[in-house]
Amino acid sequence: MQTPKHSPFYKALASATLEAYRSAVIRLPPDVLAVIRKAAAAETNEVANGEFANILANIETAERLGVPLCQDTGVPVIYLTIPDNVPLTQEIYDAVAEGVRRATEAIPLRPNVVDPLTRHNTGNNTGAGMPAVHVRPGDRLTVTVLPKGAGAENVSRVVMLLPSQKDTIKNVITETMLIAGGRPCPPVILGVGIGGTFDQAAALAKEALLEPVDAMTAFEQQLCDAVNILGIGPMGLGGNTTALAVKVKTAACHTASLPVAINVQCWANRHATVEVKW
Amino acid sequence: MVTKEAVQLHTPLGEEVLALRAGDHVELSGIVYTARDEAHLRMQKDGIPFDPKGAVIYHCGPVIRGTTIVAAGPTTSARMNALSGFLFEKGVRALIGKGGMGPAVREQLRGKGVYFAFTGGCAALAASHMKLSGEFFPELGMAEAVWAIELDRLPLVVGIDSMGNDLFSDVEKQTRAAAGAGPAGNCTDK
Repeated sequence: MQTPKHSPFYKALASATLEAYRSAVIRLPPDVLAVIRKAAAAETNEVANGEFANILANIETAERLGVPLCQDTGVPVIYLTIPDNVPLTQEIYDAVAEGVRRATEAIPLRPNVVDPLTRHNTGNNTGAGMPAVHVRPGDRLTVTVLPKGAGAENVSRVVMLLPSQKDTIKNVITETMLIAGGRPCPPVILGVGIGGTFDQAAALAKEALLEPVDAMTAFEQQLCDAVNILGIGPMGLGGNTTALAVKVKTAACHTASLPVAINVQCWANRHATVEVKW
Repeated sequence: MVTKEAVQLHTPLGEEVLALRAGDHVELSGIVYTARDEAHLRMQKDGIPFDPKGAVIYHCGPVIRGTTIVAAGPTTSARMNALSGFLFEKGVRALIGKGGMGPAVREQLRGKGVYFAFTGGCAALAASHMKLSGEFFPELGMAEAVWAIELDRLPLVVGIDSMGNDLFSDVEKQTRAAAGAGPAGNCTDK
């Protein structure tokens, strides 16, 4: 079946992807901004206060000038919701990739996507399996862009605990940050996936980063407090604020398994959603 | 919110850097040179393409459009841990980056220079304090080339000073104590 390459649908989805990308890399979601401001106001360490002053000035500058917050504009992680009347076709994946290529030119983004072994850079932030596109049903057709930078992604982990180790989940999380130190650009937001399979846990951890960060369950707050006791502070320079929030998502799992994934995210928890209309 | 007055410095730097102490706030002006992994390897092989005396190296792979610096925050300095020694021998006085550097660099800086930390992710703020001044090794590509950039009062903090004081290693020690963990061993990948 041949779909016309530039159908109105294709163009609308590509444009929505570009606009979501632009919004994501330039301005932070209000809930993320709120927890950064709250942490900055509560911080008592002098060096940390200087780091927060730079972070807040950077957020203001990016918005005012319409430029990316960070030069690591990440790799494209895309979440789509698709209503019942829209068939899931190759055209959808092609249109999203087209949006990423256009975003690379138009915003501009740093070309970050390379072949994993030859390290050849495609120059347009697409490649085999990239953008990473995740699809689920929804009432409206929406595209969410979560640009993921390398500093924080590189210290993320999946750990296969045993069911008897349920009480060590907190230790796995603090150990992750102990290993990470200042490298993921703290203060971080931690997406935690618990349960499912090996790969599901990692997917849940990343999806957890899309959840509102200005509210936590008692369990999430407990994990967040445990991380903040470490005192790594903004950029690893020390301070009260190592984690701004911890968000947990769970899935049912095998009775003999307890997968735990931690997706580490820097303070710039960038993501934006645009509805596609055509 | 910054309570201490920032020290004003201008490149090329001289012996004034020896008076800086870890934790001091500094505003830096003048030309600095970006360099990441590839540029360090290239400079070791072909020489430093600018006057290294009093120079400052910025660990950064910027987004540049035409002659405009769009975004230029710091990259993780630890990747350059084993690549930086020759710079201090040639007269380089300071590095700028994020995340700190290893014990070898701390020793190389002793009596010679300092490591400045600039806040990770603050690329738009950085760019607003910068003007593009030149480029070396363009064939290395946008992220890896050496860009000469003129700073206007970029706000930094001294992470490692010339006396061996190192905020990052101090914090790491405290962190490990808080976690009840032993000294850095098999769970770190320095």
